[in-house]
Amino acid sequence: MKSDIKLFDSDGKRLDGRKPDELREIKIEVGVLHRAEGSCYLEWGGNKAIAAVYGPREAIPRHTQNPLRAIINARYNMAAFSVEDRKRPGPDRRSREISKVISEALAKIVLTERFPRASIDVNIEILEAEAGTRCAGLTAAGVALADAGIPMRDIPVACAAGKIENQIVLDLGKEEDNHGDADLPIAISPRTNEILLMQMDGHLTLDEFDTALELAMKGCHIVSDLQKKAIMKKYQNIEEV
Amino acid sequence: MTITPLIKHDYLAKLAESGKRADGRELNEFRNIEIETNIISKAEGSARVKIGNTQVVVGIKMDVGEPYSDSPESGVMTTAAELIPLASPDFEAGPPRENAIELARVVDRGIRESGVIELDKLCIEPEEKVWIVFIDIHIIDYDGNLFDAASLAALAALLTATVPAERFELGENYPLPLKEPPISCTSVKYNNVIVMDASLDEEEIAEARLTVATDENGDIRAMQKGLSGSFDVEEIKKVIKSSIDNGKKIREILYKSVGK
Repeated sequence: MKSDIKLFDSDGKRLDGRKPDELREIKIEVGVLHRAEGSCYLEWGGNKAIAAVYGPREAIPRHTQNPLRAIINARYNMAAFSVEDRKRPGPDRRSREISKVISEALAKIVLTERFPRASIDVNIEILEAEAGTRCAGLTAAGVALADAGIPMRDIPVACAAGKIENQIVLDLGKEEDNHGDADLPIAISPRTNEILLMQMDGHLTLDEFDTALELAMKGCHIVSDLQKKAIMKKYQNIEEV
Repeated sequence: MTITPLIKHDYLAKLAESGKRADGRELNEFRNIEIETNIISKAEGSARVKIGNTQVVVGIKMDVGEPYSDSPESGVMTTAAELIPLASPDFEAGPPRENAIELARVVDRGIRESGVIELDKLCIEPEEKVWIVFIDIHIIDYDGNLFDAASLAALAALLTATVPAERFELGENYPLPLKEPPISCTSVKYNNVIVMDASLDEEEIAEARLTVATDENGDIRAMQKGLSGSFDVEEIKKVIKSSIDNGKKIREILYKSVGK
């Protein structure tokens, strides 16, 4: 999509004043809900997401049970008031797809083999959306899973890189997403750099892809540190019993 | 009743006999109420309300559309509630079930029938174009008394809402025209004791429920009785009295939160 909008100013700064490799501001709070076993509230630029984890509990309906492992049931949902034009409540094709790829990404990282026939339900609510909600949602889900004490190999984290005006940048904002040339959201296991989720739309050369992937990975590691800090903040003062 | 509610019932009933509740409240006392407004910048108005551990987010969106043929000069409002599985292990995904529908309708009625939104001022062109107000209620943490939390959050969101006229090239933005809102207070009855603002445990053993919305003059503006138990006339009068008393306090909290 080409347009007349200038996405960089004369100093090479982006519309919101960021440098090409700079993230939007991120705020993470752990354990914000009373009812859920684990929860996380996350603000990422203009995105506001809440994730809540229930389970492991018996998977219902029973035909969804796997006798060898737990199923991960992630549900990504956008509030009707989260976007400029009101969105009809309930799941649509887009949110079903995002729920599916997030479920699959989390299934790799959770020790599902410990809980045969169970389901672990991860509910992600997007209260406000401004480009990059799936990364915000998955990052919040990782923290909520840790808060719920679900055994995992690592704390999954997500971040996107993209291309605007022929330059690779980190973490696209709303205008950049609408008028940019490519978007590459990924989720990784930061300890091993294994890729758990990857989607891309737009147009990237092989070299650009390498640069974008490296930048997105770098972003994931920065966000991962924020996740760990937020979790430590809640748990470091709790004494062993 | 399964075994857990039976045990809870005996425990709470015994406490209630001596006028006590599990969390130490008086029988007609609300939990702590917190209201935060303008939390969603994409929405025309928004609020987060906490009553104890119960947490509700409401967002107001507005659009331009056609009026109903029986009221060609008045705006349209619709209310929807979602009991999303984020809020409770017992809520399931899917289209709204009867509980969510009752909740949305009771909130809707409290606002519509008392004329809080001045719908006649939301006409753009008679029979052609009017403003549509969408009130979307999101329950995010469920610890009882959704009726009051949802109503209060809807009012707080409406009180901070702006009509987005500029976005539709219809002149300057202006505050949503509103009248004095009624405040809804819900009581439940178990073991012949009536308590205000039930927690989830109390709600689970409740035999009957009564929601009373009262206005600033202490008049009644909407009611809803729920569940299979019953009240006698004296009990109803008592509930109304304590709804008026609590309504006054909640109205002050509401106005304070929106800076009025």
